[in-house]
Amino acid sequence: MELIVQGVSHRYGPTEVLDDISFTVGDGEIVAIIGPSGCGKSTLLRLVGGLERPGEGAVLMRGAPPDRSLNPLTYVFQDFALLPWRTVEGNVSLVLEDHALPAAERRAVIDDVLERTRLAEFKKALPRQLSGGMKQRVAIARALAVRPAVMLMDEPLSALDSQTRELLLDDLLELWLRERFSACYVTHNLAEAVRLGHRIVVLSRRPGRIRELVRIDIPLGERGPTTPELAQLQQELWQLLRDEALAADRELADAV
Amino acid sequence: MPSKGPLGDDDLRPVPFRGGGFHHVPLAYLSPLVFVGLIAIWELGSRTGWISSIALPAPSAAFAAFLDLIETGMLWQHLRASLLRLVVGWTLGTALGIGVGLAIALFSVLRAGLAPVVAALFPVPKIALLPLFIVWFGIGEGSKVATILFGAFFPTVIATYSGVDNVDRGLIRMGQSFGLSWASIVRKIIVPGAMPAILAGFRISVSISIVLLVAAEMIGARFGIGAYILTAGALFAVEQLIAGVAMLSVIGLAISWLIGRAEKRFLDWRG
Repeated sequence: MELIVQGVSHRYGPTEVLDDISFTVGDGEIVAIIGPSGCGKSTLLRLVGGLERPGEGAVLMRGAPPDRSLNPLTYVFQDFALLPWRTVEGNVSLVLEDHALPAAERRAVIDDVLERTRLAEFKKALPRQLSGGMKQRVAIARALAVRPAVMLMDEPLSALDSQTRELLLDDLLELWLRERFSACYVTHNLAEAVRLGHRIVVLSRRPGRIRELVRIDIPLGERGPTTPELAQLQQELWQLLRDEALAADRELADAV
Repeated sequence: MPSKGPLGDDDLRPVPFRGGGFHHVPLAYLSPLVFVGLIAIWELGSRTGWISSIALPAPSAAFAAFLDLIETGMLWQHLRASLLRLVVGWTLGTALGIGVGLAIALFSVLRAGLAPVVAALFPVPKIALLPLFIVWFGIGEGSKVATILFGAFFPTVIATYSGVDNVDRGLIRMGQSFGLSWASIVRKIIVPGAMPAILAGFRISVSISIVLLVAAEMIGARFGIGAYILTAGALFAVEQLIAGVAMLSVIGLAISWLIGRAEKRFLDWRG
């Protein structure tokens, strides 16, 4: 299934947040969206998944979602959004309970996704007992349980410390190599963007416009934390963003 | 003999500790000790005549009055009447309060329409309405239960809807993003999320209910702890009065313990 963002603009009251954004997310493709803080990245993701209506333009789907997909557009949130009163298992179960699945099948799906995210032994744990990295793996397991066509990931690693982030980044890469999921991956971390993105959408400061669309041809499986081309690209992207980030920073300071 | 530091410095001293105090040390044995100590001093004061028995009867006298109540079988009659009113009134008031609180929290029309009404009626002392309730519900149990019901209803409404308002919006958005039905979001995300506030509201509504129970029983009841205390007061049977007040205190403690158990049961996820 393909996701097409067509000429999306959005404003909150008098504030223009996004201006004429267009891109597509192809089948099995990860599109990273980067930009300075306050550029409307997260707003864009909410529009893409239908949690908000765009002021102008449209978000379209083409083609059928994968077989038995329960929720074609599925989010992974920065703050994990796990129910603290439900166990790991219960949190995954939550998103299946509204679908007419036989109980045995639901249990099988839960076991399967927890196995795939290496959480099987933490099935009965409550979120407060888990580290940040594990919580996010639960959230990823929950997303996988509904067989999404496109994962909408809103800074999924930003709430984690840098070591955990590196580990989970490897997990995500490995997951993609196995499952070839499609994703819209919003981040402010350029290293994550160049490691995971087939294409990178660079947004300007508010109002967010597309400054650049970068395609990275190195296959995901061959990318590592020290790949020289990626380091080079990351440097270029930083040059591109630096002035925007600086200006955005000043604007925020003025606004206060 | 001061030791030499790595710099050959003999002026070595430990960094002074400044992090003490300001944190809570659980001292479980202290509160029963305080209770026993206070009662012992009181008893001693009465025995020596330092405390006049007219001003304040000895704890042993109050206890004798309590035993008297058991012997005559009146304890059960008073207690049953009071507990029945309390349980029925509080349960109905709380159930209605949670329902109305959820409705106010979830529907904008109801919030705009009812929230000001609740705010206007909450501060009215419900006991002032008892004569009205007697006209509406009769002199019997109805008016007393209604007083307690209304007393428990308003704080529960407010606790419930402010609890719902404080449920993490991110969790609700998560539910929507996974296509959960409205009913599922309410039942599985909003209600458990508001539970801490609702249970905190229980503590307030229970103590309001006990106050109203006694007040209503003092105005018109044959049986009940309030009636017992009123009769005792009218006859200047101060030891009976103290026994009645002590029973109220025990009821309050017991209910508070029950709510604590409920919190452990329903909020164990908070750790």
